[in-house]
Amino acid sequence: MSDDIRSLTDRLAAEPSSLAFLELGEALRRRGQLEAAYKVARGGAGRYPGLADAHDLMARILSDQADLAGAFDSWSSALQLDPMRVSALKGIAFLYFRAGDAVAALDHLQRAAEVDPDDPSIVQAIERVRREVITAGPPPEAEASAPSPVPASPTVTSTPPTRSETAFDGVDGGEQGQLLVDSNGLRLGGTLARVDGFDASDRVAAELAGASREAARATRLLGLGGWHSIALECPDGHMVLSSPTADTVLLTVRDHSLPMARVGLLAERAARAARSWLERVG
Amino acid sequence: MSPTEAALDRVTRIPGVRGVLLVTGSDGLVVAEQLMDGVDGRAAAALTASLVGRLSRAAESAGLRPPAFVHVRGDTGSVLAAPAAVDLVLVAVVGPDANVGLARLEMIEAASRLD
Repeated sequence: MSDDIRSLTDRLAAEPSSLAFLELGEALRRRGQLEAAYKVARGGAGRYPGLADAHDLMARILSDQADLAGAFDSWSSALQLDPMRVSALKGIAFLYFRAGDAVAALDHLQRAAEVDPDDPSIVQAIERVRREVITAGPPPEAEASAPSPVPASPTVTSTPPTRSETAFDGVDGGEQGQLLVDSNGLRLGGTLARVDGFDASDRVAAELAGASREAARATRLLGLGGWHSIALECPDGHMVLSSPTADTVLLTVRDHSLPMARVGLLAERAARAARSWLERVG
Repeated sequence: MSPTEAALDRVTRIPGVRGVLLVTGSDGLVVAEQLMDGVDGRAAAALTASLVGRLSRAAESAGLRPPAFVHVRGDTGSVLAAPAAVDLVLVAVVGPDANVGLARLEMIEAASRLD
């Protein structure tokens, strides 16, 4: 055991609630001790479910373990907590590319570039993906070779993510922070976890029963036609309610640090994904 | 001019605003209003209060504090709401070309003055 890992292990043992698990997990991962790294990260993420760093660490370890579906979910969780997180955007871009979806990969890389235009590895990765899209050649190794916040994933295989299809595949944050509800207030898809980790999905879904009808009545009686969306600015979060179909409503919830207009754009994208999913499964 | 009238007046001056009301959140009764012809104040009050109440409960269930601003977007305009003091909601009905960003700022400011 190296000195730094021993030191970090001692620190974590002395103070289990500290954030030393982040450094320890990363140190173990870099040394290839993936199982030990995973245990440390899982404990930390369980203790700090609202900490994007913890999910980011989990994603890197899972990616190294070739658990691409797990890595995708963890990076999605990190993005849900911190939508501007470049490492998660790059990680998901990497996974999309490995899964053969260059367009989604490019979309995530471009958003990463918007957040951090000075990161040369993102620019290089965008160029490589664009080239690959044109020539349909082998996948780029941007994630593995670039000096980026997402360290190399040398053990990753070319297996695409194998998780089952959800209503929000391809949407930032995936199922987290999205709630698709039928006209009876029953949840069709998505999950909504509170900051304290409590799963509020079904309760919120029940509160939304009839919201669509009420909104429709309000706008119609006021001579405003049908309703498109309802945006709520809360001091600690932003919510957008939309209606993917006549019988469903979709609630998109994000941290208040994400501007409301961007939550609106995200909600539109999620509504399109939900509509498409409903058509396939319905 | 009373604080309530002043608050309504500030919002009404914004281009594209068709009407402004101060309503009670619990039962949707009109406390004060400045409306253009053709806007049904009582309907706006009752429906908006009910909708804001429902959405506030959903936000609370999601672990969020009550909303400071609500924007209901329709085909040809929007309903804006800014909860004020306990059980009061400032509501505006605006056309499609209204500057919603400006209305939002004025309404939040006006609502805070009603506290």
